[in-house]
Amino acid sequence: MNEIVDAFAAAAALVLSADPAFLEIVGLSLRVTLTAVAVAVAIGLPAGALLAIARFPGRGALVVLFNALMGMPPVVAGLVIYLLLSRSGPLGTLGLLFTPTGMVMAQAVLVLPIVLSIARQVIESLWAEYEEHLRSLGSSALRAVPTLLWDGRYSLITGILAGFGRASAEVGAVMIVGGNIAGATRTMTTAITLETGKGNLPLALGLGMVLLSLTLAINIAAHLVALVGQRRSG
Amino acid sequence: MRASPTILPLRLSGVAYDVGGRRLVEGIDLVLSGPGRVIVLGPNGAGKSLFLRLCHGLLSPTQGKVEWLGPGASLKARRHLLVAQRPVMLRRSVLGDIIHALNLAGLGWTARRTAARAALERFGMTALADRPARILSGGEQQRLALARAWALRPEVLFLDEPTANLDPSATRAVEAMIDAFHAEGTKVVMTTHDLGQARRLADEILFMDRGRLIERAPAGAFFEAPHAPAAAAFLRGDLPW
Repeated sequence: MNEIVDAFAAAAALVLSADPAFLEIVGLSLRVTLTAVAVAVAIGLPAGALLAIARFPGRGALVVLFNALMGMPPVVAGLVIYLLLSRSGPLGTLGLLFTPTGMVMAQAVLVLPIVLSIARQVIESLWAEYEEHLRSLGSSALRAVPTLLWDGRYSLITGILAGFGRASAEVGAVMIVGGNIAGATRTMTTAITLETGKGNLPLALGLGMVLLSLTLAINIAAHLVALVGQRRSG
Repeated sequence: MRASPTILPLRLSGVAYDVGGRRLVEGIDLVLSGPGRVIVLGPNGAGKSLFLRLCHGLLSPTQGKVEWLGPGASLKARRHLLVAQRPVMLRRSVLGDIIHALNLAGLGWTARRTAARAALERFGMTALADRPARILSGGEQQRLALARAWALRPEVLFLDEPTANLDPSATRAVEAMIDAFHAEGTKVVMTTHDLGQARRLADEILFMDRGRLIERAPAGAFFEAPHAPAAAAFLRGDLPW
């Protein structure tokens, strides 16, 4: 019991000490996840909006597919990117396996369905409300996309934060694609897995505290965004 | 006020509109031109809103044709607008909502801001400029929709029940705006359930019943002595069905 209490104290000290190795892990995690989210947003928002307003055969199947992919296990996303990036894979020559860039790709695959599906849902209901008005003003469906994305901004930000939460908490994808190499591809979650196994509880707990705070911060942000959105858009 | 060539007259020939196999608008032949305000009257379900949407082009007729015959009709810019009964308010400020409409109309960055402010100024709504459009009251939303339309300088304005569910003072404000459109040369075509309003505003009456246009008359003559029995019953306030 005492051991655990001591571990908590050591972890708190580690978090407050600004240890360079510790900060490097936190920094890499944030860099990888934020980049992955940025990539997913850049693709997912316009693609989700198009899926919301376009009508073509197979659209329903795509909607279901992306909804299903929201629940894709991170290890499976990791495995898919691993196969793509491995030496014998189609992208093997790029040499991205076990690099942060490869990890970004794996996490982007995880986040994309979330951002895309939420964007699709938000834009679809906005389009139902706005279509007559926008068409009356001479807007094509394509021209409506930026309008709809902007007017859905509060809900979309919440969706993006959900994607960020999922990516920052997952361990499977970055473990497989990154390989948990110290000083190169070690993130908070993979470090916790490793250090817990080694019995280095202070480091694992310290990283766990940071992760928990991050999750809390994301949820506070999502709550505030929803609040502002409600006040401004009714 | 307008330099560009007119898009009027508007001609509907044999226009019919079906929804799910049911004919809701039938056999409308009509030419609209000239400056007078046209009020479309008729009981619920007469097809008044559909008529406006067919004229505006939001709906395509199942049969027949809707054509703008004036020399300005071939130009790309839309010169006619529709303000719906419950106008859509964007999730933006009042000013932002108007700016968005002007952006779609192709105005540049500065021009649309100037024009949007001028429209609010014109109707004494400057104080609302930074308020979120969606939290305005019903009357304010309707006035915003009209100010937005005014900023776009339409030649023809279709209004679908612009004062339904508004209290008398909001109704008065909206009617004043409609007068302003008329005074500045916009042709107003509107539906209403309010016979008092129809008497106040109409130059010409179109009376619809069960999807058909059954009477067209100058307002004075219509209210004096409508020809169609259904129109007479409507004016008396009978509840025939």
